Amino acid sequence: MQNEEPVLTVSNLQVSYDSDLIINDLSFTVAARDILIFLGPNGAGKTTLLRALQNLLPYEGTVSWNARKISYLPPHEFLQRQNLPPLNIEEFYAFKTSDSDAIKAMIAEVGLDESLLSHQFGELSTGQFQRMLIGWSLLDNPDVLILDEPTSGIDIGGEETIYSLLHKFWQNQNLTILLVTHDLNIVWEYATQVICLNKQQMCMGKPDEVLTPEQLKTLYGTGIKFYKHQHR
Amino acid sequence: MTAQIFLALILGGSIGAVAGYLGSLMLSKRMALMGGALGHLTLPGVALALLYDFDVSLGASLFLAFGVLIIWFLEQKTKLHLEALTAVVFSASLATAFLFLPEEETDIALLGDVSQISSNTVLITVVIVLGLFFTVKSIYSDMILASISPDLAQTSGINLKLSNSIYLICIAVTVALGVRIVGGLMTAALLAIPACTAKNISTNLSQYIIASTVAGSLACVLGIIIYAITDIPAGPLIIISSAILFLISLFKLPAK
Repeated sequence: MQNEEPVLTVSNLQVSYDSDLIINDLSFTVAARDILIFLGPNGAGKTTLLRALQNLLPYEGTVSWNARKISYLPPHEFLQRQNLPPLNIEEFYAFKTSDSDAIKAMIAEVGLDESLLSHQFGELSTGQFQRMLIGWSLLDNPDVLILDEPTSGIDIGGEETIYSLLHKFWQNQNLTILLVTHDLNIVWEYATQVICLNKQQMCMGKPDEVLTPEQLKTLYGTGIKFYKHQHR
Repeated sequence: MTAQIFLALILGGSIGAVAGYLGSLMLSKRMALMGGALGHLTLPGVALALLYDFDVSLGASLFLAFGVLIIWFLEQKTKLHLEALTAVVFSASLATAFLFLPEEETDIALLGDVSQISSNTVLITVVIVLGLFFTVKSIYSDMILASISPDLAQTSGINLKLSNSIYLICIAVTVALGVRIVGGLMTAALLAIPACTAKNISTNLSQYIIASTVAGSLACVLGIIIYAITDIPAGPLIIISSAILFLISLFKLPAK
């Protein structure tokens, strides 16, 4: 059952860099417990949108949150992993909580071995690093989780692990998820809502209803073939 | 040991400790050379202090504040990077200092001097150092998180502009204190070398912070002890001691 009041209401959002208009007149709402996926080609303004929603960029229009705690994970390529002080994972988690039992429980929840807590940032594989970050982002029990391409650079097996993990947290906690991905399979499998974005809103709704081949061709500017399996 | 050396050891040990502690953050933000630029900025102030016989750290602080304001102003007015602007301003400061620095005082301005330290100076310095420790501690984890990702830090509720401002003020105050013991040319080493040493021997953040603080303090204490024995200026001896500690740390690099 969904709350009546949306978790997020965006009205007439407009974001520019210098004179370039990156997001033009975007309006949408996000209901509690939605998994909203932003879909669009490179340069469509997806990352800009996520940053503007969190007041990390100046914007025009209205962004109104009705959330207790929002956690954000930028693309992991944007996170500094080398040339840092010798920060280990336990110390990184301790930025959010001093409860070592909670830290151990979370590291187990994201499917990582407890021994990794003594490892440094640069010592984790990309897949481990991303799972570790998801655990970190959930440590203070947010009700909204925003992720920007959480599986870029991760192989197919690792990608499935990450999305299964996110889905598990979504099912078990009272989470609303906003997510940027290029992967249409993920949209079909997990999204409750999708927004097609290419500087402006091209579509919004349930994937089944709005992601037609024609819509995808308009969005990406090229023909995309996809196959919907009956066993989904 | 004379009273003067005893005072110098307390002064040097405390400044070295806080420089090492603060330097551990500069390394993570790749700002290790900023301390050097700021050190050069202090030189006109040190020259004036020597000329008119007032406290060198006070003179250094005044010119640091002035220089930082100029850099900030130019940053607002131009599209140049902070590093480029700092290079312009610190070179101009260095040149200005040499215009009116008394020749006989040049060594003191450039290499520092621990031979004439009053107990009042030590007391005030220790109080400032303690204040710096508490201030840096309050923003330490914020700054580490910001080094990983400014977006991650900001969305975790950290006021990054405030933390950065506090951090820069702490660097400026530490440089102003450091100029007294190592002069205007070597403050970058006072801040950067202990952190490099600590990184070589640490496997986690707690070890790193402690090792950087201890290495900074130990280098100053060793330098001042050698100065007491040899009468060679303490500034270069402190930096050489710090460099030797770094070389020793190379043999203790943790296994990858």
